[in-house]
Amino acid sequence: MASNRIGSQTVTFSKGPRITSSYTIVGPMEGKGPYALDFDQILPDDVLGQKTPEKTERLMLEMAIEKTLQQKGTKLEDLQFLIAGDLMNQIISSTFAARTYSAPYLGIYGACSTFAQALGLGAVLLQGDFAEQVLIGTASHYQTAERQFRYPIELNVQHIASNHHTVTGAAAAILGFADQGPRITHATFGHVVDMGIKDALDMGSAMAPAAFATLTQHLKDTDRSLEDYDIVLTGDLGKQGRKMLRLLLTKEDYAGLDRLQDGGSQIYGDGQKTGAGGSGTACIAVMTLGYGLNLLKSAKAQRILVVATGALQSTVSVSQGESIPCIAHAIALEA
Amino acid sequence: MKPQEYQELVKENSPPRPLLRNTLWAFFVGGIISALGQVVLDVAQGAERTKAEAAAVTLAVMIFVGTVLTAFGIYDELAEKGGAGAAIPITGFANTVTAAAMEFRREGFLLGMAAKMFVIAGPVIVFGILSGFLVALAKALILGLF
Amino acid sequence: MQYLIAFLVGGAICALGQLILDTTKCTNAHLLVGLVCLGAVLSGLGIYEPFQEFAGAGALIPVMGFGSSITKGMLSELERLGWEGLFTGAFEITGLGLAASIVFSSLFALLRKPHK
Repeated sequence: MASNRIGSQTVTFSKGPRITSSYTIVGPMEGKGPYALDFDQILPDDVLGQKTPEKTERLMLEMAIEKTLQQKGTKLEDLQFLIAGDLMNQIISSTFAARTYSAPYLGIYGACSTFAQALGLGAVLLQGDFAEQVLIGTASHYQTAERQFRYPIELNVQHIASNHHTVTGAAAAILGFADQGPRITHATFGHVVDMGIKDALDMGSAMAPAAFATLTQHLKDTDRSLEDYDIVLTGDLGKQGRKMLRLLLTKEDYAGLDRLQDGGSQIYGDGQKTGAGGSGTACIAVMTLGYGLNLLKSAKAQRILVVATGALQSTVSVSQGESIPCIAHAIALEA
Repeated sequence: MKPQEYQELVKENSPPRPLLRNTLWAFFVGGIISALGQVVLDVAQGAERTKAEAAAVTLAVMIFVGTVLTAFGIYDELAEKGGAGAAIPITGFANTVTAAAMEFRREGFLLGMAAKMFVIAGPVIVFGILSGFLVALAKALILGLF
Repeated sequence: MQYLIAFLVGGAICALGQLILDTTKCTNAHLLVGLVCLGAVLSGLGIYEPFQEFAGAGALIPVMGFGSSITKGMLSELERLGWEGLFTGAFEITGLGLAASIVFSSLFALLRKPHK
């Protein structure tokens, strides 16, 4: 067996790759939520003077990458890889942002789990001695996702309780070897799980089994329990998906459910009309790099497990009546 | 867990829809729009020659109202409360056309706005005409109107 | 009085539609298409006209009225022109609204952007 593997799906990083710098940007609605202080920048509006929301999404990603590079004065030549992804068809936001930078670019798609996928892949490249520094980034925008996956913004639609609200925001991070910064210790890459849920307006219920599969596999592979983590931050399950994940864990007698938190359910707080909560590639990214990292930096948490989930349907597959395949990737972070 | 078992579990644990509240709101919003339509219809009937013409003018005026409310971002808020009460009246039909036109204008006037204007309203027109055609044809054959 | 009837009838149709949306898997699109067909059929059976006579805008404004107007237009043109009326009649009454919808929507798409 490969020496950096434990169990059936988990890889370990003995060299201790770290998140050396990061930057998070969110839109005005996310800025009104309870985590406003955790984000590096809150935008005054979700247009930024751009002609289309797609351009705004791209600009947010470029801003996040730029600010991340500035933090430690990292130069582009020092980066061996740029890994990025987003929700748009053919991941245009990432690719168009990447054409600004000369670093070798790997575009990835994992829907709302994209960020964890990038984080895991970056750590793998570092551990394998294929790179010294890797930049990862992602962005999403309410209007671009709404138009691609749902309806025109002004259409008469009554949003139901299980519906998600795509987070407007962007996040970027540099992974590398340094003395400081949160360490990436494990990555459990999930397999695709499809429980036959077809309702694209209830993605939480579709994604919960994927989160369950990856989370329990991670605990088994690492021989840990939920209590070994101060926080298990699931991504984008939303209020409905969070409920389903808890039900699944309870059925199998897992203890320590109080460690579970969900980025999507919590990012907006309770006052805003956002249905089940946030989603989108930026959601778990800004929650991890904002909220999660701040907990580790301030020593309020020693160990965090991020379980980012993604619903891998397309508008074509949904309209042809296919069910929604889902995925989750887990990344363990230590202070 | 088998997919069927999980689907059952989801069904049992889906958040209940607020039936009473939704229905009352739909009744109220749909009723108000219809009453507004009655005002227009009364005025039109006073000024027009035939009932069909008055009906046509009323529909056009209500379509204008729906379009304006959509353009100023009010109709989607109305629908958030009113649900079917905002969707079923002809103003809702106008909303689907305007919302699509505004949304896809960014992809150009020809292939964006014009091509996708009826992306949501299209089925209503197509099935309206198909069913109307079949019904009228049947009636014509039965009554021997040809 | 006619306003109250329009309010009650229009409201009742919408409330019924909302119940269908909330208790079945129907989406807005299914509901609207269903209602438009229903309106067309009821009109063909000669039921929708007396109903509209009674309810006024309460029967005209809901999208069923759109379906009914299509059938009505076809039947009246059929009498006037013969078989061609089955085709030209589709837009006899609804044409004004449809053209208005295209013109107004294009105009406002030029002037306004979607916002949230």
